[in-house]
Amino acid sequence: MSGFPALTSGHRPVGVVSFAQHDNVRRDGEHNDVEMLLPVIAEVFGNVGITKDDVGFICSGSTDYLVGGPFSFVGALDAVGVWPPRAESHVEMDGAWALYEAWVLLQEGEIDSALVYSFGRSSPGNLSEILALQLDPYYMAPLWPDPCSLAALQAQALIDTGRASEADFAAVAARARRSALGNPKAQLAYDRSPEELLREDYEVAPLRRHALPPLTDGCAAIVLAAGDRAYELCERPAFITGIDHRVETHALGARDLTRSASTTLAGQKAGVGKAGVDVAELHAPFAHQELILVDALGLADDVEVSPSGGALAANPIMSAGLIRIGEASTRIWSGLADRAVAHATSGPCLQQNLVCVLEGV
Amino acid sequence: MSEPVTMMAAPMRLDYVFTPGVAQGKNMHGLERGVFIGQRCPKCKKVYTLSRGSCPTDGVPTDEIVELSNTGTVTTYCVVNVPFAGQSIELPYICAQILLDGANLSFMGLIQEIPAGEIRMGLRVEAVWVPPDQLGPTMASVKYFRPNGEPDAAFETYKEYL
Repeated sequence: MSGFPALTSGHRPVGVVSFAQHDNVRRDGEHNDVEMLLPVIAEVFGNVGITKDDVGFICSGSTDYLVGGPFSFVGALDAVGVWPPRAESHVEMDGAWALYEAWVLLQEGEIDSALVYSFGRSSPGNLSEILALQLDPYYMAPLWPDPCSLAALQAQALIDTGRASEADFAAVAARARRSALGNPKAQLAYDRSPEELLREDYEVAPLRRHALPPLTDGCAAIVLAAGDRAYELCERPAFITGIDHRVETHALGARDLTRSASTTLAGQKAGVGKAGVDVAELHAPFAHQELILVDALGLADDVEVSPSGGALAANPIMSAGLIRIGEASTRIWSGLADRAVAHATSGPCLQQNLVCVLEGV
Repeated sequence: MSEPVTMMAAPMRLDYVFTPGVAQGKNMHGLERGVFIGQRCPKCKKVYTLSRGSCPTDGVPTDEIVELSNTGTVTTYCVVNVPFAGQSIELPYICAQILLDGANLSFMGLIQEIPAGEIRMGLRVEAVWVPPDQLGPTMASVKYFRPNGEPDAAFETYKEYL
């Protein structure tokens, strides 16, 4: 046993000890949500040699809007098997927020481990229309603005400040897709120069195709364990030393879209700047958003950003944030990093953000 | 000054492609042949019909396919007397939970060919299918269930399924 790191958030050390994710694909037309989750849940437990009967809490993240069926999260529990009855909860959000809820419960000390999972598919419906419904129902939603157009407004505003250019977006995309070549779960990976990417046509100006995330079906799961239990399950747990999430107004016109005030605040509360950061897994579905997030978190130039390729390599809706925490944790487990930052976002133009600091001992 | 806006209409409609998955796909292909398909859990050995591919108790895939009987038992029921929008069946009619022989999970079905006042728990029923040329991968292939003439099932045989 190697002891525990100092905590910025909470008082009980809770570590990420296992992570699994489904293959990220454009469309899985063969399996339903339960069938996609079954192998992922089996893997996340199998990695650490436990079963559903060994965890004290189950929390999931998903949204019924994606499949157009009510209570799909209840049906998804069939992939875990909740008998005898057990403590369970759900958030209508990315799984990163389900992880936050599980972390809060683990702080209370009644349980020592939890399963967190999330699932979502972009393929059953028209994602552009579905995501428009998360906007305010009076002024924005009736216009049905698609997420790419809203992101393009944000990107143009960023260009207008003079802090970034289209070439910078291309550089982010080129690096992310090149990193993704080393990620077997990546959906979109290639080795192309920023100059080549800049010759692509605009999808929505100023965003070219490379600056957009792929549409992805997928799911992911994580096991959390507290205190000594973390070391029983994992040689070098990725302890959550800081975690916080903040939300901004849904009135897009009332925000400075070129800054992410909620990320900055969450990062401060999570203690990002208290020590050096080796690696940061950022949930930036659009290339320019990575630039905004790096700025908001105050990450130094030597921080390795999204070595998995991030959401530009695979963007399984409702899981891409949880996967950032999982990917950052794998760097701690392997010793490639001692201190990692994972970030998850939700809502249009980085409206809501969660920041998690992970440390190994 | 004009009247303040107090109400607005914002019509919305979303269309989806339904993915039944492997398990429900097998069920639906069974319905296409006029056969109920069940899936057995390798751990608890229970047979689920209209399975989504997993045992909800054990959380493991239910890979073993079982062809189920055309007959079953009414475990509980409701007599519908209240008219509603979209109603297509003459009132009163009976909606019942039906436990197919060989299955460990009941599902809801329409009961016909029996006066509403005679419906009861334990009634033995059989499925009536649409004509073969109208069978499809849908529960609409089952027109309804009707009494099959067998004596009522003993309460002990279905008390675990209420």
